[in-house]
Amino acid sequence: MKAVAPRIIITTNITPRADMLDDFMIRAGLAALGTALAAGPLGCFVVWRRMAYFGDATSHAAILGVALALGQGLAVFPGVLGTALAMALAVHALSGRGLAHDTVLGVLSHGALAAGLVAVALTGGVRVDLELYLFGDVLTVTRGDLAWIWGGAALVVGVLVWRWRRLLTATLSPDLAHASGIAPRREALVLTLLLSAVVAVAIKVVGALLITALLVIPAAAARGAARTPETMALLALAVAAVSALGGLQVALWLDTPVGPSIVCVAVTLFAGSLPLRVLRAARG
Amino acid sequence: MSPLIEAKGLEFGPKAAPVLRDVSLRVDPGEIVTLVGPNGSGKSTLLRLMIGALAPRRGTVRRARGLRIGYVPQSLVLDPSLPITVRRFLDLPHRVSDAEAEAALAQSGADGIAHKQMAALSGGQFQRVLLARAVLNQPQLLILDEPTQGLDQPGQAAFYRRIAALRREMGCAVLMVSHELHVVMSASDRVICLNGHVCCEGTPEVVSAAPAYRELFGTGTGGQLALYRHEHDHAHEGGGAAHHHHHQHHAEG
Repeated sequence: MKAVAPRIIITTNITPRADMLDDFMIRAGLAALGTALAAGPLGCFVVWRRMAYFGDATSHAAILGVALALGQGLAVFPGVLGTALAMALAVHALSGRGLAHDTVLGVLSHGALAAGLVAVALTGGVRVDLELYLFGDVLTVTRGDLAWIWGGAALVVGVLVWRWRRLLTATLSPDLAHASGIAPRREALVLTLLLSAVVAVAIKVVGALLITALLVIPAAAARGAARTPETMALLALAVAAVSALGGLQVALWLDTPVGPSIVCVAVTLFAGSLPLRVLRAARG
Repeated sequence: MSPLIEAKGLEFGPKAAPVLRDVSLRVDPGEIVTLVGPNGSGKSTLLRLMIGALAPRRGTVRRARGLRIGYVPQSLVLDPSLPITVRRFLDLPHRVSDAEAEAALAQSGADGIAHKQMAALSGGQFQRVLLARAVLNQPQLLILDEPTQGLDQPGQAAFYRRIAALRREMGCAVLMVSHELHVVMSASDRVICLNGHVCCEGTPEVVSAAPAYRELFGTGTGGQLALYRHEHDHAHEGGGAAHHHHHQHHAEG
């Protein structure tokens, strides 16, 4: 939003790096890749633990974050991260207390989305292009956004690698985790926090409404070909990356919005993975 | 000798209808302790309290410092969305070498299936893989919750021989729940008869002769138990039993 004027000056700059990052397509590509890097592997846990609805609740809360941040004249990323975190912690606290999980998530998820939309309408004076945050607009990503996206992605991947076995054991069986001295609830909290980081990373790329798609679809596409959790995570990363860059390209060719185009490519890859799954099932 | 794990005064479940009340239990290094009891007597609940998967409403569970537990749950349903081979399953939560993994599988009677998907295993293979995972990383205590479910009788006998062999080789203690009374009775150092509370405990001979035990199991198990008593009845009279005297109200219900 802010970098329109200096752009003309920088294009005459001779340092190649500045040239490269100045190209909005390069920035968009890097943003999409960074998001894929985090969403692919974390998406596997979302699928394994059936947290898809949880992802929706967290990302819908992000819209409220956008409204609050813009209303206060603050940067959008911290606002999104803040509300996503608050929502994630609220759901974590409520889970495991005998409340029907999908009902609680349904209330919180749509409650947050509706409150966000109302809050956006109430932010007088500031003209908010809501579509930008509902469906994402990766073509407007700035250098500052890129720093957030890659910082967040690096954090997510780093934590996943660091705690991989613990997270996996807790996901496989909470009782086995307990017996090994791992607290499954703490690992669930870690995944919850990572999920809100991914929401903050992805909101400008695919938008709040489609973040869950970027988590779930690559993992689902990877399942058919994977024999171990690790290969599934890597395959999901690859599918997410191909979807991100492919979707960007498709959006340019067809002049369509980028976020939905990315998700469409991912769905196509998932459909392509189905015969593989059937083949594997037939082989036993 | 200090116990590996000790539970004192455990109470669990709603106050009006507790699943367990006033249950105390200790396992010393190297001993095989078996929990027996009718369905719904709280055996699995007690084991899950011991590993910390459940928190008691009252009472404490104290583990020895750095206690390494190998746990075989009563059932484990793996989510089909999570692909995992037997070999990778053994790597959780601590990575093991291929040699260690193979040794554990062989020890548990599950060799040659390391590259299979966990989801593709038969019930018996699955149980043996769970046991193989439990004996990795030199456990000091094996906690087994009905480990022979899904095994036929020769399979069960082989399983308990394997447990006895593991105890000899690794010197680990075993705390297990079992329904196969006749097998368990001969394989245990100590038997605890549970029915919401500890009805009676002691050596297998003592417990099988205890009135509380006979009231719970006497009629149902028929011939095999009678045979067992016939063989062992007179050998250990007056053996050191800790026979609790509040069992009678319970045995009626």
